[in-house]
Amino acid sequence: MLDVYLAVTVLWGFVFIYAVMATMDFGAGFWSMFYINREKTKATNIANRYLSPTWEVTNTFIVALVVAVYSLFPRGAYTLGTILLIPGSLILLLLSIRSAFLVFSNIADEYKKPLTYISGICGILIPGLLISVLPITHGEYVNFSNNRQTLDLAGLFSSPNEYAFFGFAISSTLFLSSLLLADYSKASEEFDAYNAYRRDALFIGPISLLMAFLIMITLKSEAAWIYNKMMNDLPFLYLSLAFFLIGGLGLLLPSTKSKIKGWPRLSVIAITIQYLLASYVYGKAHLPYIVYPKVTIHSAFTDPNSFRAIFITYIVGFAILFPGFIYFWSLFMNDKRYLKQIKLGRK
Amino acid sequence: MSDLVIARSLFGTTMGFHIIFATIGVGLPFMILTAELIYQKTKDIEYVVMAKRWTKAFAVLLGVGIPTGTIAGVQLSLLWPGFMEVIGRVMPLPFQIEIYAFFIEALFMSIYVYAAERIAPWMRITSLVLVAIGAMGSAVLITNVHAFEGTPAGFNIVNGKIVDIDPWAAFFNPSFFVTAGHVALSAYTTGAFIVATVSAYKMLKAEGTSRVYHFHQKALLLSLVVGGIFSLLTALNGHESAQYLHKYQPEKLAAAEGLFETQSHAPLTIGGLTDRETQEVKYGLEIPWALSFLAGNSFDTVVKGLNDFPEPYWPPLFVHTLFNAMVGVGSLLILISFLGLALRKVFKKDTFPKWLMWLYVASGPLAVLGIEFGWIFACTGRQPWTIYRILSTADSVTTSKNLGILFALFALVYAILAFSVLFVLRYYFKKNSVVDDLNRADQKGVPLFSSNS
Ligand code: HDD
Ligand code: HEM
Ligand code: HEM
Repeated sequence: MLDVYLAVTVLWGFVFIYAVMATMDFGAGFWSMFYINREKTKATNIANRYLSPTWEVTNTFIVALVVAVYSLFPRGAYTLGTILLIPGSLILLLLSIRSAFLVFSNIADEYKKPLTYISGICGILIPGLLISVLPITHGEYVNFSNNRQTLDLAGLFSSPNEYAFFGFAISSTLFLSSLLLADYSKASEEFDAYNAYRRDALFIGPISLLMAFLIMITLKSEAAWIYNKMMNDLPFLYLSLAFFLIGGLGLLLPSTKSKIKGWPRLSVIAITIQYLLASYVYGKAHLPYIVYPKVTIHSAFTDPNSFRAIFITYIVGFAILFPGFIYFWSLFMNDKRYLKQIKLGRK
Repeated sequence: MSDLVIARSLFGTTMGFHIIFATIGVGLPFMILTAELIYQKTKDIEYVVMAKRWTKAFAVLLGVGIPTGTIAGVQLSLLWPGFMEVIGRVMPLPFQIEIYAFFIEALFMSIYVYAAERIAPWMRITSLVLVAIGAMGSAVLITNVHAFEGTPAGFNIVNGKIVDIDPWAAFFNPSFFVTAGHVALSAYTTGAFIVATVSAYKMLKAEGTSRVYHFHQKALLLSLVVGGIFSLLTALNGHESAQYLHKYQPEKLAAAEGLFETQSHAPLTIGGLTDRETQEVKYGLEIPWALSFLAGNSFDTVVKGLNDFPEPYWPPLFVHTLFNAMVGVGSLLILISFLGLALRKVFKKDTFPKWLMWLYVASGPLAVLGIEFGWIFACTGRQPWTIYRILSTADSVTTSKNLGILFALFALVYAILAFSVLFVLRYYFKKNSVVDDLNRADQKGVPLFSSNS
């Protein structure tokens, strides 16, 4: 019993980490495209400086997530694998073009623009499709009939709820990534880029909040079961809203040290906490269902022996990897030489 | 085509495409590491330039290897949910541990490429070692799932239900070491011969006295040494793989050899086509007694023939050709690498004959073909099972319909990726010639690794 909750917490942890990293990743790809013709602001350079070393690590998290589903909840993987064939394949197709062209755009300078456009556009669609997994698991559009499950695609894509999720994914991808890049530009002392990203964040933040409300409104009529359960945790949702406001404040406050406005680091942290709270409420309401109403975490759970073995590898694996992540972070997120791109000679 | 056949074709295409980049992704870091180590020892700047150029090629190939690998991992659940449900319960460990290998490779690859100029030489070497370990680890671990499919272990089936699951026993299934060893060794072989292909080709195009020519000559020699060692090891280990088939999947060995009657002193047939009607291999070259000896180290080893098994359980008979082709590639690679090394070291020849140079040009693609033949033989030869004698392919496949469109879309995307990766590699190495890199390396204070254009 406890094992099941441990397992679902691990899974939720992966979902959350991937969600944050992927928004930064796909968002940075988009901004790199968006600012490509405005060389003066250096906004594209900043986005690429973040993106080049990190996309591979981010990608590994999606693999980790898929593996976690099939090793922790094999029966859930059976149903999910069956119903997600079409949306999953679309994601894979877009993802492969996106990743490949992202790499190519950094190698083939002359073709940088077209390659960046293709990878930026493919990339920004992916979060929308990824998040569609959530409305699908609400069960409205899944037919369970004698051992065969099918997804009603037409039904899904005529549902306002699906579009609310889709819009939310894209707007929050742009929001979170512009915040992060604002912070990253500030650390790199690229103030033109900082101002551009700060303005973008101020503009898109409210849109993503609006989308979140739209999700709740449409959820109420389409999947009342989860809406009602989320409402039980209303205080958390208010708290989440409060962190959103703190995040906004972080962009508006005058800075004490330098002339430019805002404490982007504060905003990044506040918004991350906001998402953490909201996704906790959502995730809790989703339980115990993996796919409503037939597949629950209990019916899908793996064998206890396997669970124990996997859990041990998680602990050992991340203990070994942790110093690697720290080192990586210190080289790319925290090293002034990298951030400011000082040219260094080779000894 | 039935949905099962389309699913198999789609998955086979994905894997056949991924494996090209994956194998080079295992083999090339090893070559880069070798070059870096030789540089640290000899301080010959040309080896750094090799390391840099191979790293760039590797980084480009990763751009396809990683997304196609991601496709492979997700497609397993999308196309074979029945299979992954069993694997998820019994054999999750390799997938799980593979994630850590991916992380190690991803983290340190970025560090090696994007921080090369900011970290100490020993840290560069350490990063590279970790990249090589990560790449090799992912290959070994995923291959373990394939090993498990052939020699399942670590569970029992009672009344159609899986019980007594022991995931570590599944992990250490009987053929883990030999199969994973074969894949790792053949990947190092392939990495080396890919380098041989490029250097031999460039030598044919360059002036015999130029700096570029000597640069490629060094690279060719290095690749022949590495390739020679690993192709020999691949063959020795392949022999052991065949003995494992004899023990654990006898009908696969029988199909590989086109043997119908169970017998001692069984002959080995090379080439030819297996004929189901007449139960013989037509047009093949038969070596008496050899198969018995290869299978069990003695001529009176009894080798099982296909007639011992019900016909619906026979693997497709064309696997005989795939097996022969793989072994043929292996033998040729051993031959040409040792020939080159002998000419150079024993007979002190400075140049190789033209025909041999062209064989080196062909060696990389041939090695990749060897990999393809090997995998298709191993996977198709297991039919009709996904888990040998436990789970059939028909029971593994998705119940979704209309896979045809997906097959077409994936094939299209692979074609786009294949075309663009070749284009980008060509573009980059045209624009950044060996001479440019050598000049950069000669000057102190000019970044080499982070130079793009
Ligand atoms: C995880 C284990 C695993 C690994 C490492 C591989 N395969 Fe495999 N392969 C399977 C697990 C599998 C499978 C899931 O078991 C399939 C799907 C259906 C089937 O019968 O076997 C399969 C089918 C399959 C088929 C279709 C065979 C048929 O239906 O006749 C081909 C051509 C390949 N694979 C080729 C490859 C290649 C080129 C690989 C190198 C990367 C490879 N496989 C690695
Ligand atoms: C069904 C089988 C396979 C699956 C599911 C699979 C899955 C994957 C995945 C998910 C990735 C991307 C990892 C990332 O995000 O960083 C990947 C990359 C890789 N795979 Fe595979 N893989 C399979 C077969 C193989 C085989 C047989 C080999 C070895 C010969 C191999 C070697 C690699 C390597 C070395 C990489 C790193 C990327 C590269 O260097 O190109 N894989 N694979
Ligand atoms: C020269 C002698 C060789 C022999 C006797 C040999 C033998 C074998 C055997 C028996 C298998 C089937 C294992 C199984 O189905 O479980 C196999 C598979 C395979 N071979 Fe070889 N092989 C040789 C050379 C090569 C070469 C040169 C390459 C590639 C460059 C190669 C690549 C592979 C691959 C990738 C597989 C599939 C993975 C596996 O099942 O191990 N082999 N080999």
